Amino acid sequence: MAVGRIPAGKHLNRNRLTLGPDAQEIAKTTHWSLLRDADAIAWLVLDRAGESTNTLSEPVMTELETLLGQVEALQPKGLVLRSGKPGGFIAGADIRDFAGVSQRDVVEGRMTQAHALVDRLAALPMPSVAVVHGHCLGGGLELALACRNRIAVEGAVFGFPEVLLGLHPGLGGTFRLPALIEPLEAMKMMLTGKSVHTAKARRLGLVDAVVEERHVVNAVKAAISGELKPTKRGAGLSRFSFYRGFAARRMRSMAAKRAPEEHYPAPHRLIDLWEHHGAGKKEVMQKEEIHSFARLLTGETAQNLIHVFFLRESLKAGGKGASGIAHVHVIGAGTMGGDIAAWCAARGLRVTLSDLNEQALAAAIGRAGKLFDKRLHSGVARRDASDRLTPDFAGDGVKQADLVIEAVAEKAEVKRKVFGMIAPLMKKDAILATNTSSIPLKELRTAVPFPERLLGLHFFNPVARMELVEVVSHDRVSDAALARLAAFCGSIDRLPALVKSSPGFLINRVLTPYLTEAFVMLDEGVQKETIDQAAVSFGMPMGPIELADRVGLDICLEVARTMQSGLDIALPDVPGWLESMVAEGRTGRKAGRGLYTYDRNGEPRKSTKYPEPHSAITDRLILPMLNTCVTCLREGVVGDEKTLEGAMIFATGFAPFRGGPLRYARTRGVEEIVGALERLQAQHGDRFKPDPHWRKLPAN
Amino acid sequence: MAQLPRKQERVNRKPPTRSKRASSARQSNNLESKDRPVFIVDGARTPFLRARGKPGPFTPVDLAVQCGRPLLARQNFSPASFDKVILGCVNVLADEMNPARVAALRLGMGDAMPAFTVQINCGSGMQSIDTAFRTIEAGKADLILAGGTEALSHAPLVWPQEGAAWFGRFAFARSLLERLSALGALRPRMLKPVIGLERGLTDPVTQLNMGQTAEKIGHIFNISREAADAYALESHQRLARAQKSGALKGEVVPAVTREGMLYDHDDGVRPDTSMERLAKLKPAFEKPYGSVTPGNSSQITDGASWVILASETALKKHGLTPLARIVDSEWSGLDPSIMGLGPTLCSTALLERRRLTREDIELWELNEAFAAQVLACLAAWEDDDYCRHVLGLEAPFGRIDHNRLNVDGGAISLGHPVGTSGNRIVLHLVNALRRGGLRRGVATECIGGGLGGAMLVEVV
Repeated sequence: MAVGRIPAGKHLNRNRLTLGPDAQEIAKTTHWSLLRDADAIAWLVLDRAGESTNTLSEPVMTELETLLGQVEALQPKGLVLRSGKPGGFIAGADIRDFAGVSQRDVVEGRMTQAHALVDRLAALPMPSVAVVHGHCLGGGLELALACRNRIAVEGAVFGFPEVLLGLHPGLGGTFRLPALIEPLEAMKMMLTGKSVHTAKARRLGLVDAVVEERHVVNAVKAAISGELKPTKRGAGLSRFSFYRGFAARRMRSMAAKRAPEEHYPAPHRLIDLWEHHGAGKKEVMQKEEIHSFARLLTGETAQNLIHVFFLRESLKAGGKGASGIAHVHVIGAGTMGGDIAAWCAARGLRVTLSDLNEQALAAAIGRAGKLFDKRLHSGVARRDASDRLTPDFAGDGVKQADLVIEAVAEKAEVKRKVFGMIAPLMKKDAILATNTSSIPLKELRTAVPFPERLLGLHFFNPVARMELVEVVSHDRVSDAALARLAAFCGSIDRLPALVKSSPGFLINRVLTPYLTEAFVMLDEGVQKETIDQAAVSFGMPMGPIELADRVGLDICLEVARTMQSGLDIALPDVPGWLESMVAEGRTGRKAGRGLYTYDRNGEPRKSTKYPEPHSAITDRLILPMLNTCVTCLREGVVGDEKTLEGAMIFATGFAPFRGGPLRYARTRGVEEIVGALERLQAQHGDRFKPDPHWRKLPAN
Repeated sequence: MAQLPRKQERVNRKPPTRSKRASSARQSNNLESKDRPVFIVDGARTPFLRARGKPGPFTPVDLAVQCGRPLLARQNFSPASFDKVILGCVNVLADEMNPARVAALRLGMGDAMPAFTVQINCGSGMQSIDTAFRTIEAGKADLILAGGTEALSHAPLVWPQEGAAWFGRFAFARSLLERLSALGALRPRMLKPVIGLERGLTDPVTQLNMGQTAEKIGHIFNISREAADAYALESHQRLARAQKSGALKGEVVPAVTREGMLYDHDDGVRPDTSMERLAKLKPAFEKPYGSVTPGNSSQITDGASWVILASETALKKHGLTPLARIVDSEWSGLDPSIMGLGPTLCSTALLERRRLTREDIELWELNEAFAAQVLACLAAWEDDDYCRHVLGLEAPFGRIDHNRLNVDGGAISLGHPVGTSGNRIVLHLVNALRRGGLRRGVATECIGGGLGGAMLVEVV
């Protein structure tokens, strides 16, 4: 039993950062401190004022320039660069500085200045060491690369995520990283945007040592005295242009497979840089990097992806706060229930998962094990996640859980029955959430005596990949429960979108016209591969036919019916063959066959011969989606445009480089969209009738 | 523990007369009234999984976690409410030193949870309950989780001493010459691993394998091969019946590997075995003339079991309903080469002290290490000479009714994860008593090394 009030571990394990033993402060600016320790080593510490995370903004860089001047004058034995934030080193550039940038020459000027600063750091006459804990990304990593040594504190994470914003590194990363580590590994890091964890960073030679925080001082001394040799693994074969040419061709084809060049140019520009200048003079590589970076940053893709970055931030902000949820009980160990449970356990919550089918429950635990292997980075973390996820054969978890998530069959009467059984067992303040994808909550809320604590919590498949969760309210939900559930999403690294309960909620409502239109085209004789290719060329992660198979044709049928009966909207009739396919059990990917048949890895067998789609097909698929987005705004299914845009991107993968459905509409022109819809209406019927709200959309 | 007899056979020199004992039986609850009553409020075990020639799916702590999670999940108090965790385990893995503490942490019982592991061979799982019982009884704790765990399939391969010594020499050799000379001294036998389990099941003092001790007492008490086989057959039939009837529901909680394999029942059971099949098996320990075979011995098995013990204070605090009260316990020692007779010593002493007779005990769980050993205990209790001279009784203890003994099978059909069995028999005794509407029972076991343990429980 605890003797004191605070557990010893909690009290003592706080993150204490070493900022130089007996250090004396030499200078202090808004964001930086310059200290000198007893061994005459200077510590340059970044602790951005008014921000929880360190990023590189213009003032941060200007102050750094001043302080570097002081360091040069001070002539310490060495310089340490580190962060004063317990959370991490530097997360990269301040993206706010990138938004809305359109003048290429201005960017080039700014970048040239910043490069001069980084060069000055690299050229210091005394040894320099970056001590890195937590995240070290983008510009932060570029600063670290300019130091002579890099020391990682266990848990540090390194990466160049620029490519995810339609950019490539712009502060020297494109030439400093391939000079330091094996160039192909460097290119892989920059092309995929994937972070590398401490152990891998050491293997790659990205850092010279990995230490615990308690050994930072000794490691710094070793680095500055020259005892800790800097690692260098760059160059090798890639000095030869024929080798780079060969490697670049492979990289290009791999990059094209992930995303087409016309939509995502950044990886291709990065490969160009390396292929053409990879063995050149630093000055040339630097000039070319700045030039290419400025072109990308001012381009449409990067600006749209930066817009998407802020959409994510805005959704994330909706998930802030304490949820008071430590134990989740999930009922139903099917694909959704099992994967939700596994995800929650991976994110540190205690989870009980129940199902009447013992084999299904065990299988879900097996899937969870695979998720932990993939997503968690140590044996300890994997074991702990497995321990946190209890297969609950008796359903006892209901009584202790702070949140009960129901993920049983998509039938109102089944759900009502389950609610009736568990409601009396639940804790007084526990929340009951249903993962229904379409059943209106007003049909369910009467099954419990506490409608204020019954909400919808709609995850998307696959749970580990789709970041968005619809938090569905109804007219009797309490604000407190809504806020707790949104905070719960935040606590498991998912993005909550608050939506009102109407048939299909937001996402399925918007997707249904897209899917049903594809079915109509099938009936018209268009080949399914053609339909899917139209959507993929537009930028969707997969076409509507493949998506329907993945969601499950049974679910699609259920959703379409709910929408037809619950909404006064024009939808094409559900084709008869869809019903018979479901009746035959050809329900899609999960059954191994649906509209496509699937191989053992769950990949659809597609014909490679099909007529190329023309733009009319694309419009017939995409425009009804946009139209429904506008309808949902008008009806208040979703509160604001930002949530709508973010939800579409993070739940359906709606072409991120287009910045969201409405941003796409505005880029193409609202008038032009409405005109196209009217033409389709004349041709195919009222389901294309433009929503009146188009006229009221604000201009940007 | 002050009541432990100092020497074997010095169990009880002055037994009260039969008439006296009968009259005082009803007051047994009031003995030593200064001690606080201790209750069993719940318990669960994993399915017992037969070792199949390779390490099984769970380590000892994995098993304890698999069993503990659902048990803790069905309580209405938090896992951190316990005062202590005590776990019996014989074959501790190098990766899981003090498995009690590792299990407590992995069960989310909190950093502040004291936890220790106890080891008294086959009695470990009962020792944990006994230690918890005495601690609560003495007022030193109110709520204790006491268990047993064992993964015999994980018993390590051990290098022979000679090999370990050679490795030390090689590892410390500095010069090339030293290394070469060390290499030259290597002999194949030095690298031949010893199966740790085999060593563990051999008494270190007498160098007799446990099976040999069963052969010995079987011979002394004239237990035939047929009688042993018949006993084993019934053990399987009884377990199969219990599994089928749902009698083990709640007591056995399913275990699931992280690969998604479900284990939901004791898989050593062979309901289709027969006297003919059993008769075909060769003696395992004393070839060719012995009578102890793999068929009439307990199985090598993995499994874990936990019970929750509570004081009256804890019952009130958490609103718990007790299943049974632990009345008393006893441990005895004897010649290791006849360790199988341990139960006769400790159980007799226990009943003597509580002024109870054989008839007062409505159910017995006598751990089935070997069929011959169980039958030898029963025979010994009927043996006038043994009862007079060894147990110090004036007349034979008498015949234990077949229908009161191991009613749902035992280690022969279930398996005998050595650190777990003692815990399981107490837990199952409580459940079986309650199911039968009975009150009083004894769980007892023989312990390798020459010990016996017994525990008296009463349904409340």
